[in-house]
Amino acid sequence: MGSLRFAAIVLLLGSPALAQSPTYGVGRTPTPDEIRALDISIGPTGEELPPGRGTAKEGATLFQQKGCAGCHGKAGIGAIAPALQSNKGQDVPIWGRGRGASGWMILPLTAPFATTVWDFIHRGMPLGKEGSLTADEVYALTAYLLYVNKVIPEDQVLDKESLPKVKMPIGDDYARLPEWKHGTRRLQGYPY
Amino acid sequence: MAGGLAALGPTPALGQAPEHEASGMAMGGQSPASDPAAPATPMIKGTKDLIEYGQRSHFVTSVRIAHPMGGRPSPDMFGMTFHVASPLQDSVGVVTPSSLHYVATTRGSYVPDIDPKQHTMTIHGLVDRPLTFTMEDLKRLPSVTRLHFIECAGNRHNGRQKNVQESHGMTSCAEWTGVLLSTLLKECGLKSSATWFVAEGAEEVKGASSMPIAKAMDDCLVAYGMNGEAVRPQNGYPLRLMAPGYEGIFHTKWLRRIKIVDRYYMNYNDFGHLERKPEEAALAFQIGPKSVITHPSGGQQLPGRGFYEIKGLAWSGGGAIRSVEVSTDGGRKWNRAQIKATPQRMAHTRFGYPWNWDGNETEILSRCIDEIGQQQPTREQVAKYWNVPFERNYRVPGLDNSVMPWRIARDGTVTNGLA
Repeated sequence: MGSLRFAAIVLLLGSPALAQSPTYGVGRTPTPDEIRALDISIGPTGEELPPGRGTAKEGATLFQQKGCAGCHGKAGIGAIAPALQSNKGQDVPIWGRGRGASGWMILPLTAPFATTVWDFIHRGMPLGKEGSLTADEVYALTAYLLYVNKVIPEDQVLDKESLPKVKMPIGDDYARLPEWKHGTRRLQGYPY
Repeated sequence: MAGGLAALGPTPALGQAPEHEASGMAMGGQSPASDPAAPATPMIKGTKDLIEYGQRSHFVTSVRIAHPMGGRPSPDMFGMTFHVASPLQDSVGVVTPSSLHYVATTRGSYVPDIDPKQHTMTIHGLVDRPLTFTMEDLKRLPSVTRLHFIECAGNRHNGRQKNVQESHGMTSCAEWTGVLLSTLLKECGLKSSATWFVAEGAEEVKGASSMPIAKAMDDCLVAYGMNGEAVRPQNGYPLRLMAPGYEGIFHTKWLRRIKIVDRYYMNYNDFGHLERKPEEAALAFQIGPKSVITHPSGGQQLPGRGFYEIKGLAWSGGGAIRSVEVSTDGGRKWNRAQIKATPQRMAHTRFGYPWNWDGNETEILSRCIDEIGQQQPTREQVAKYWNVPFERNYRVPGLDNSVMPWRIARDGTVTNGLA
């Protein structure tokens, strides 16, 4: 009995440590440099943002130079690619704009974090030359798009420190996903 | 039976029903014609290609189509692939052939041509040991093989669609083989602050989505196998994430990186899911219970009154399908359908219902319940839930899992009941 209890205690104490050690020993440890090169995720805190800086003025020039205007329209609206500027006035609340080009699916206007704008320009633009923009260029283009949507003033410098602090117009006014567990219903009581 | 015997005998044509004769003769019966060398039925000559990697009969012509109708074409003028729908009207059983599996890319892209020897998948972030796996590494680890559907959030039905491929073709089901993500995460050791993970593809836009760690530890897998062979390039070769039951976009193709984080990361794909109401956000994440009749369905023709087995597919992101009901009178009476084979979790499930058509105009529908008790709603029920006036083409919030009606006219034509 005593030894059984002892075994149970050892098991209890031991199990977290066991769970932490690799079972198969397959795979290799990437170097910090390899991870840095691979990790293009910029989260809401902006902790992964690289050094660099940019302003809306520089971004306006780049928007034409880098071919953004060709797909998104001269002012970021009215062309084949998704709109980057709302055609509605500042007084129209985000969720009152409706879907689509004039609506709330405008990344530099309705994203809850400016980091999402930086991340996506860096990761996915320009079409066919993804990943070719320098950090300074991405800061500048982000500043330009936030400026044309009147989120930041024209002279604001965006960098690693200031970008995550930009207050986006949507604020906290968006839904969080429900906590997911095994066997979770989509929505309690839906549709009955 | 008679046909099979006759094929072996010297007088194949004697005493056989015509339909048996055809199948019997295909095995090499004697020719009734004067030239003894001429084959009795057309033959397919073996070629190197056919021997090495077979193909279907040229009588089978079912193909995928660009989705939605009238939308962006695939391929587009640059050879990019956007959204391509599977021909559900011709589907049998539950497995979608890999060559007919639906395809979607985030914004329309070239399909990456990845050398598996060069491909790696790295897990990093809030782990004790970041790890990089080669394809060879992954194939050394314990594997699982599971049947799972994937459905695109754009799989919505409306009154303009003519057939089930247009209305429901952005779902498919395959047998996936790979390593449980939980196996890999345990190998890395999760830190206690790990609550979300970001999965990222290697395609040009490096599509990335946030998902809860609870899902990763429950049933996600990184898949290298599909229907008994390597995953096809259009479906993520050499490696894709399966997030069973979640909306299609979460099943990250060409998987190259998983980052373990402590918050919802608001990637561009996550931003695309932004909703104001928590109820709507909840309905645009995990696929609800859904079913559709694939035969008879829009564009098909009943040759006349009499017996038909109504056939269809049911699936749910909440688990296995528990039951399916079919109505043959426009939804007044619902009848228990027969489930074919054992329903699998988050997999297409085939159902059938025996029906004698009396030749009168009617409407046929199906609905299902999954293992956790979620029910597929009619559009009226959804409208009632949201307290909005119901109209036939009411757009249900979130993913559209509402009941689909097919109308059968007196002449046997089958059309979209929402039209």
